[in-house]
Amino acid sequence: MKRTLFRNQFLPWFLLAPQLAVTAVFFLWPAGQAVWQSFLRQDAFGFSVTFVALENYAALYADPFYRNSLQVTLVFALLVTTLSLGVALVLAVAVDRMLRSAPAYTTLIVWPYAVAPAIAGILWWFMFNPTIGILAYVLKQWGYNWNHQLNAGNAMTLVVIAAAWKQVSYNFLFFVAGLQSIPASLREAAAIDGAGPVKRFFTITLPLLAPTTFFLMVVNVVYAMFDTFPVIDATTEGGPVQATTILVYKVYMDGFVGLNLGSSAAQSVVLMGIVIFLTVMQFRYVERRVNY
Amino acid sequence: MVENRPFLDFLAHLVLIIGVALVAFPVWIAFVASTHEPTRFISGLIPLLPGDNLVESYRTMLSAGISTSGAPPVAGMLWNSLIMAVLIATGKIAISLLSAFAIVYFRFPLRQLAFWCIFITLMLPVEVRILPTFEVVANLGMLNSYAGLTVPLIASATATFLFRQVFLTIPDELTEAARIDGAGPLKFFRDILIPLSRTNIAALFVILFIYGWNQYLWPLLITTDDGYYTIVAGIKRMAEAAESDPKWNYIMATAIMAMLPPVLVVLAMQRLFVKGLVETEK
Repeated sequence: MKRTLFRNQFLPWFLLAPQLAVTAVFFLWPAGQAVWQSFLRQDAFGFSVTFVALENYAALYADPFYRNSLQVTLVFALLVTTLSLGVALVLAVAVDRMLRSAPAYTTLIVWPYAVAPAIAGILWWFMFNPTIGILAYVLKQWGYNWNHQLNAGNAMTLVVIAAAWKQVSYNFLFFVAGLQSIPASLREAAAIDGAGPVKRFFTITLPLLAPTTFFLMVVNVVYAMFDTFPVIDATTEGGPVQATTILVYKVYMDGFVGLNLGSSAAQSVVLMGIVIFLTVMQFRYVERRVNY
Repeated sequence: MVENRPFLDFLAHLVLIIGVALVAFPVWIAFVASTHEPTRFISGLIPLLPGDNLVESYRTMLSAGISTSGAPPVAGMLWNSLIMAVLIATGKIAISLLSAFAIVYFRFPLRQLAFWCIFITLMLPVEVRILPTFEVVANLGMLNSYAGLTVPLIASATATFLFRQVFLTIPDELTEAARIDGAGPLKFFRDILIPLSRTNIAALFVILFIYGWNQYLWPLLITTDDGYYTIVAGIKRMAEAAESDPKWNYIMATAIMAMLPPVLVVLAMQRLFVKGLVETEK
């Protein structure tokens, strides 16, 4: 808290004006619209509008495709988080052993952060392309016919790999920082007491990394749920038969392609609820991390 | 390191080399594909070593594009992406600096409410409210314009919080000294706060530049005029056409060009990038 303040009463509003204006016009107003529209039913051309209260939500609850999409999102988020956290942790622990070569390895691992999710999707989609992709070719040599356009499992694998590939660099950086903040004296003491590297990892390193891991889990779930839209759109477009239609993708499909405005709005509201929950988790947690 | 274990060192190197290779492999394949002739991809087996068509692929895409796939020249799309990324990064930093200054250095009625208004933008990612936001932009006549591409994305709670954090660490004595010397709030802001937050601004700029460059859904929706296509959104339109007319070398050349600028930014400014990444998550 500042002791020294400026006393002007109008200036702060003037300074806040641009931020508040953008927020009101492009955030609050559309969000309000989404909430309002979720209580309405209108035909695709906007000729007739009826107030239907919670009917859109009830329809969602009863819609097998929506339930499927929830399940797909859950599986997708879980797999992306596990895969990218796992790979990142292994790489971070390895880099933590290095002295002179650590910066070089770090540079070589972090750059995919800058690759757009859409491009990441295109790259893996190219490698898994059934007719020309190198990985599809290798799999065929092993007797497996890869086709993510027909096989739901293949499609999910493709989007998970593409989404996780891009996220490894981010998790890696935070794990390295977390590992560096663990006092060396703890590990040395354990080593003197005769604990081997594996035992030290599981009894000292991993528990002390828990705050970092938890924080990264929340961030990765948010990433998998909301920032992977381009990965899906550039590769599977939600298919085959909605096998990779995550919630965010369904909002877009039902709203822009299906023009089912009421349902799309209701889905938006549900998603807002999820984001609010995740943000609160993140912030409550960050408070603790500062004290830690 | 606690003790000397050659085998573990060897294992760590091995893991890292495999990791680096895994990370780079897709890009290598894309690069190799971009250096071959279009006919090379009909045979069905993709090459692993670069061909001799590099210059032709990139020159064709930069200057001409593929008209049959509705792909405008890449040079124009790169330019649009650059404008979008710079405008978003600059805009976010500018309005966040101003609002953080207002929140930290002034006490005024409804300050808490203003704070929450900013905070709530964190909880409303564009993907979630995509349809109503699109309607607002369409009603304002901002489709197919740089304003439409950037303004709706420049409200940022993260940046505001970051600068709030930075301003809170600036000692009160500085403010007092400035006031005694007769500096008003705006002079203090311009001559003391901005110079003191320079590295934070630079670090944030790196992160926001990447954020802006990599935008996908938003430009895809609000640009229908190919004069405003950005490269990341434009590549999707090309890849769709590739199903019938597989000119993979051109698509992969475009992919490489689309990822090159932000990747170079990260490599050239790694320290700022890491600083920005860690700070924005606090």
